[in-house]
Amino acid sequence: MEPEHILSDTETAAIREIYRHFPEKSAACIEGLKVIQQHHRWVSDQAVRELAEILDMSPAAIDSVATYYSLIFRRPVGRNVIFLCDSVSCWIMGYDQIAACVKKQLAISYGETTSDDRYTLLTIPCLGTCDHAPAMIINEDLHRDLTTENVAAILNTYG
Amino acid sequence: MDKPLTQHIKKDGTWLSLKEYEAVGGYQALKKALTLEPKEVTTIVTDSGLKGRGGAGFPTGSKWATVPMGADAPAIKYFIANADEMEPGSFKDRLLLEGNPHQLIEGILIGAYAIQARFSYIFLRWAYHQAAKAITQCIQEAYEAGYLGTPIAGSDFQLNLSLHTSVGRYICGEETALLNALEGKRANPRSKPPYPTVHGLFGKPTIVNNVETLCNVPLILTNGADWFMKLSKTGEGGTKLYGASGRVKRPGLWELPLGTSLREILEEHAGGMKDGYQFKGVLPGGGSTDFLTEEHLDVPMDYKSVSAVGSRLGTGTIIVLDDKTCPVGMVRNLEQFFAQESCGWCTPCREGLPWTTKLLDGLEKGTGKMEDLDILTFQTHYMAPGNTFCALAPGAMEPLQSALKLFKTDFDRHIHEHKCPWE
Ligand SMILES: Cc1cc2nc3c(=O)[nH]c(=O)nc-3n(C[C@H](O)[C@H](O)[C@H](O)COP(=O)(O)O)c2cc1C
Ligand code: SF4
Repeated sequence: MEPEHILSDTETAAIREIYRHFPEKSAACIEGLKVIQQHHRWVSDQAVRELAEILDMSPAAIDSVATYYSLIFRRPVGRNVIFLCDSVSCWIMGYDQIAACVKKQLAISYGETTSDDRYTLLTIPCLGTCDHAPAMIINEDLHRDLTTENVAAILNTYG
Repeated sequence: MDKPLTQHIKKDGTWLSLKEYEAVGGYQALKKALTLEPKEVTTIVTDSGLKGRGGAGFPTGSKWATVPMGADAPAIKYFIANADEMEPGSFKDRLLLEGNPHQLIEGILIGAYAIQARFSYIFLRWAYHQAAKAITQCIQEAYEAGYLGTPIAGSDFQLNLSLHTSVGRYICGEETALLNALEGKRANPRSKPPYPTVHGLFGKPTIVNNVETLCNVPLILTNGADWFMKLSKTGEGGTKLYGASGRVKRPGLWELPLGTSLREILEEHAGGMKDGYQFKGVLPGGGSTDFLTEEHLDVPMDYKSVSAVGSRLGTGTIIVLDDKTCPVGMVRNLEQFFAQESCGWCTPCREGLPWTTKLLDGLEKGTGKMEDLDILTFQTHYMAPGNTFCALAPGAMEPLQSALKLFKTDFDRHIHEHKCPWE
């Protein structure tokens, strides 16, 4: 049975618009994955197959690119994605304690999503805000100077 | 004008609009450059002594001079600003990107004119959302004002500029990996030669320069090579964005003359150590530089002097190690980062970095043995420059090899006491 198409006409049009700017269609692969993720929060196998069709590539070739990049999600994520910086300056300034707080509050570990689909917890390399360590990004918001006291309230503001 | 690079950046976190940038002399350097021959622009940049601020310190003018020029050169060339800033402990390009994108755009325009490029990109890491907003708006303003997209008034030079937002992976900052990422591929580095200056993006001559490098270019054109050279305290031109993170009183970022001493940066600008903490060492220029200690505090922070004492200026952002932080744990954190970010293309790096991390993990957990230290030393040779495809693995070995020498007793204690003494 043919699986249902999941990319909307808008997404398909957006992807076609991108590859027009490149010497070869396949150059739009990463941008295409970004478009899909913007609309679906993650990139499913079916989305990979449909992108492959649009770009005249094999699904395996698309997947090899998709799985290379840490910010393309090949598994579903929650409504809010937490990226906790685990690099050296944050580590010196108390990352371990912050990580323990977050994991305890959400009762999940790295790579997991809460059962209510509210949060996914991930690490991220150095956020380039080391003079305000420890730091994290939630969705697209940067939170700096984290403490074991202020982190819970920050998490709670994301519904 | 002692802080030429950052003097116009506002304190309120907003960026300079085109109007504001033009009001402080913005885009005048471009207009001046356009009255010169492209080669003359390159010569001025060479004479200024400007060296790449992305970590490797390669002279900028010399790099531009290797791009094929003239009638036989390929019609399409590319100019790329590397705004991937993912080196652990580095947070300098962020200020320039969030505070004054027009300065970067003007630097790109001048560089593109010097090599006669028609297309340009800013390759930005995903996490810099505020910078993405600022750059997007400034690019649009520059198009509307006729600096981009059409021949610039009074010349036949024209440039297109687009923002590419990356989707993660530290290796994308390596310039040939960056080109593969821009082509929509896996970002494994490419073999060199051929160098990107001859065979780069889509096979065309390409320059990749760091953001801070490019932001200096308009200043050099406006004020001249001699002026730029004299900004520094040493024979290498310019000011530098220096940063400090870790347990200092005032972590931060400062524009200072190139060659300012480590002591001045840490004591005067960062305010010394936080109360209750003692200084133990620093990584002078990000995660992939060798540790320096107390005896090196008077070293001028320029390319030559830091190399002379066995480390590198790198990105110029200093990570401070204090006495209450375990040096083995710090190195473990770094090696775990490098192991995770390895692209996996070549064996020493793909296999060696996880192995290194595992050994350091063992030391931290108290299961380390004396022979582990020999294996760690072996790894530093195994992943030395020349044995791997790119500079990620050799860079990863820099903090390890120096820690093994400088903090030998701390490594030994982990083994003898069967635990991390800092726990
Ligand atoms: C693993 C790795 C990561 C790098 N990341 C960056 C980066 O984020 N930004 C940057 O400007 N240069 C980075 N570089 C250096 C670039 O390869 C290149 O040398 C630099 O962009 C050239 O610009 P410059 O001469 O102006 O410094 C990295 C190098 C390596 C090996
Ligand atoms: S040194 Fe590491 S990051 Fe560089 S090419 Fe080899 S495996 Fe990839």
